[in-house]
Amino acid sequence: MAEQRVGRVVKVAGPVVVAEGMSGARMYDVVRVGKINLIGEIVELRGDTASIQVYEETTGIGPGEPVLDTEAPLSVELGPGLIESIYDGIQRPLDELVSAEGEFMSRGSDMPGLNREKKWHFKPTVGDGTQVGPGDIIGEVEETTLMVHKIMIPPGVRGTIRSISEGDYTVEETVAVCAGEDGTETTLTLMQRWPVRNARPIARRLAPENILVSGQRVIDTFFPISKGGTACVPGPFGTGKTVVQHQLAKWVDADVVVYVGCGERGNEMTDVLTEFPELKDPRSGEPLMRRSVLIANTSNMPVAAREASVYTGITIAEYFRDMGYTVALMADSTSRWAEAMREISTRLEEMPAEEGYPAYLSARIAAFYERAGRVKCSGNPQREGGLSVIGAVSPPGGDLSDSVVQATLHVVKVFWSLKGELAYQRHFPAIDWLTSYSFYTQYLQRMFDDKEQGDAMERMRKEAMGLLEQESELREIVRLVGAEALSPRDRLALETARALREDYLHQNAFHEVDTYTSMAKQYEMLQTVLHFHHQALEAIEAGVETAEIFKLAVREDIARAKYIPQDQIDKIGQIRSRIEEQMKQLQGTVAAK
Amino acid sequence: MLSVKEYQTVSSIQGPLMMVEMIDEAKYGHIVDIELPDGSIRHGQILQVENDRVLFQVFEGTSGIDVKRSTVRFLAKPLELGVSPDILGRVFSGLGVPKDDGPAIIPDKRLDINGQPINPYARDYPNEFIQTGISTVDGLNPLVRGQKLPIFSGSGLPHDDLAAQLARQATVLGKGEEFAVVFAAMGITFEAAQFFIDDLHNTGAIERAVMFVNLANDPAIERIATPRFALTAAEYLAFERGMHVLVILNDMTNYCEALREISAARKEVPGRRGYPGYLYTDLATVYERAGRIKGNKGSITMVPVLTMPEDDKTHPVPDLTGYITEGQVILSRSLGRQGVSPPVDVLPSLSRLKDKGIGKEKTREDHADLYNQLYAAYARGKEMQELATIMGEAALSDEDRKYMEFANKFEARYIGQDYYENRTVFQTLDLGWELLSMFENAELKRIDVKLIEKYMPRFREKA
Ligand SMILES: Nc1ncnc2c1ncn2[C@@H]1O[C@H](COP(=O)(O)OP(=O)(O)OP(=O)(O)O)[C@@H](O)[C@H]1O
Ligand SMILES: [Mg+2]
Repeated sequence: MAEQRVGRVVKVAGPVVVAEGMSGARMYDVVRVGKINLIGEIVELRGDTASIQVYEETTGIGPGEPVLDTEAPLSVELGPGLIESIYDGIQRPLDELVSAEGEFMSRGSDMPGLNREKKWHFKPTVGDGTQVGPGDIIGEVEETTLMVHKIMIPPGVRGTIRSISEGDYTVEETVAVCAGEDGTETTLTLMQRWPVRNARPIARRLAPENILVSGQRVIDTFFPISKGGTACVPGPFGTGKTVVQHQLAKWVDADVVVYVGCGERGNEMTDVLTEFPELKDPRSGEPLMRRSVLIANTSNMPVAAREASVYTGITIAEYFRDMGYTVALMADSTSRWAEAMREISTRLEEMPAEEGYPAYLSARIAAFYERAGRVKCSGNPQREGGLSVIGAVSPPGGDLSDSVVQATLHVVKVFWSLKGELAYQRHFPAIDWLTSYSFYTQYLQRMFDDKEQGDAMERMRKEAMGLLEQESELREIVRLVGAEALSPRDRLALETARALREDYLHQNAFHEVDTYTSMAKQYEMLQTVLHFHHQALEAIEAGVETAEIFKLAVREDIARAKYIPQDQIDKIGQIRSRIEEQMKQLQGTVAAK
Repeated sequence: MLSVKEYQTVSSIQGPLMMVEMIDEAKYGHIVDIELPDGSIRHGQILQVENDRVLFQVFEGTSGIDVKRSTVRFLAKPLELGVSPDILGRVFSGLGVPKDDGPAIIPDKRLDINGQPINPYARDYPNEFIQTGISTVDGLNPLVRGQKLPIFSGSGLPHDDLAAQLARQATVLGKGEEFAVVFAAMGITFEAAQFFIDDLHNTGAIERAVMFVNLANDPAIERIATPRFALTAAEYLAFERGMHVLVILNDMTNYCEALREISAARKEVPGRRGYPGYLYTDLATVYERAGRIKGNKGSITMVPVLTMPEDDKTHPVPDLTGYITEGQVILSRSLGRQGVSPPVDVLPSLSRLKDKGIGKEKTREDHADLYNQLYAAYARGKEMQELATIMGEAALSDEDRKYMEFANKFEARYIGQDYYENRTVFQTLDLGWELLSMFENAELKRIDVKLIEKYMPRFREKA
């Protein structure tokens, strides 16, 4: 083995260390800095001088200390054991770090991403002599009750399978050998490595096809995200970005969820850690943790590792997508990632663009979201996978002209705009229905097996949105000339819009039943609110006073429909019958007069 | 003992920064002593080392220091606080030096004031309700042990009274555990600091308190270290001695200004309003030290106080604080003018950790539904109040007027409360029902029907 390159520190300024004597080192090589072996990555090379972003706190490091080049880029370990893990930004397992080193993060620790002792039961799906190429599935490991982990041929490897056999293996043990045409032999293990800053290869990109159902009414009905789609959630502090992200992580119909807590609160990760093992996946009934991978690089953990955390997360997500799964990645918050970039860039004394962010900010953001998509995976058997990416954005003062928001809006296809005023009124999710958008609404119809139902949903969605838009105009009129000026039909429009807001869009994430609404229940609920509207319009035509209509007892039933459990949704249909009865009665009294 | 190296090679002084050259060995983040010709000592911390040049900030400021005749000593360690149980009841300077008449502290150990981040996996989720006796907190924005809940205020608003009331009244229902108060003053007036000290005296809590005091006329740069000293003391008391510690940091805006001063002196690319781009990260290393740890008895609950310049919530200091803390209590100048006291601006105030701290067996089963309903009704009433000021009350429908009346009553009775009135959480909850009793049951859409049936009749009878 060649002698390892050792340079020496000449400068330390916060998270950036400069070392000389590094000739031959490559950009993005991982290095170990100082006597206490801090982990860092080369981010700039000039002659034999390297600038290094250090993933750990640099207090106590000074000129003269050694810098060791590992000659490998920052990579993650991919294999069984990822699911149910919680990692820091550079894939160190936080749970194992607690047992090894205590409750507070210490520095310079080395801990592999995948457990080395644990044995996994490997079942081959191909036999000896099979010709294989990159991405081919050669076997399976049942990682959790929710995850059949496919063992794939790593990118770049091709040849004939030899001595593959079923059995219990650690991630480092050889499960098979791949003999190349040129006579080279590659040992195959359950684990492979991939450099985080490069997208993993695919066969080709595919157009979106289906909605990623989230069980959140305002999202699914009005601003859905597709499997393989991209979305962003910007908003001022405390408006519900994290709750939206948590709700999605809990309820989306994905096979794998990767949650990246990027520069946010420690307690929010604890929340996920305590809830996910308890919560049951609504489809399988299994604990949600069994399909989740968590990355937690909280705000007080080193910024360079925060910068890396989104890449670590998306690489893991891509790996599961390559198996042919539907994967959803949440990054909370991409603004903190951008700020980490800015902080490193400032220390490198790069020329700043807007708001001090580096000029490459938009390029990095675009490249990150481009790693999402519905794809034809590389390798055999033929399969499709999808990776949806949902990023929270935390603009200063909630100002949407912020660079990170703008750069994100250029690339994502769904925009959930959170509004302070809605949050202050405790209208949650505080997604502003007037300014948010989704480019995937056309796929909503397909979510219903029955074509007619799909068409009806589409019609209702449009009608409801029309009423909400009308409401904002009417409210303007009320503010100018008072409510008296409104016609009965306008008054009804206002009341129906209120019902849409309060009884449909408003959804309490912390209510046992309300937290998740199936597509079928969304259909029923929306139909009921609009049914009241149509019946009321008829009643108005027949001369019934709006005040009488608004007093109908059935309105309380409509308001409480959200609390009707999934297994009793036929009760929502009964509300519609009651609407008809009560309206008929009203019309009867008018006719009698 | 480590040999301490001395240098007289100061090359430049600029604002609070100094540069020394020809240094053999220096480490980032370590501290230095600067001896002036008159023998007095100042303290500094290394911000950058490059080859043999070292840049450091001087906590006491550089006025009176000259290039030729100062001696710089490299102490080869980070800034530390000596801790022992004897720190309780003591007053320290903003740099952790005893400032009262008490004896020197004989430390059990010395701790790096920067601490280490808590491993997120080691955290225990805060879920124990703290009764503060303040309705707007207990009823609407409950505080739990291990939470960080700041008060956003404006100059001249009564944040000190509110913070003191909180410190005075905060208890966990049915528990008599060991508690302590750690108070960090950063650039506040002597009077404001004395107000807290007196209050702690009056309640007898002074023996369980540790104070770190940097007043308005104390060196500004020192403020960067003050909250870190306070939190180091708090971590020691909480996680090593099993105490429940309430930390009050007052005023974080002054802290941020000190950071800005350093950043400007270093000629860093300024972020919004001249604050450094790393303000978020820096504040996080302060605020995130609150919390609980699995298997550990103690806890750190944090109440930072800050004044919003021009009452602007989007100013970087409140904005970035709000992005890190677990909610905020906001004071409103207009409510204050109307005579509502404490003038808590309920709508934008928030406690994010409330949900796991309340409900059956914690406070009462109706708590969550009740605050949801109170919020909804007050938000609507508030809108009507505003509409009425524009259009006149006559423009409101009967229903709208009812909501406006509700908002008025709510402000007077629920928000309004004496600084010495200590309401139990049950009194607060009942008051909520009483105020809501002016609505029909059907209008209370956010409350479970069963709860309405159980609780409301009592209040309807009264009405
Ligand atoms: N769907 C919801 N149902 C009920 N409450 C909600 C919902 N969404 C948000 N909230 C409330 O709003 C609070 C703030 O939400 P959240 O923490 O998600 O904000 P955020 O936008 O992530 O803020 P920050 O940018 O500071 O992290 C939550 O603690 C919760 O009380
Ligand atoms: Mg958040």
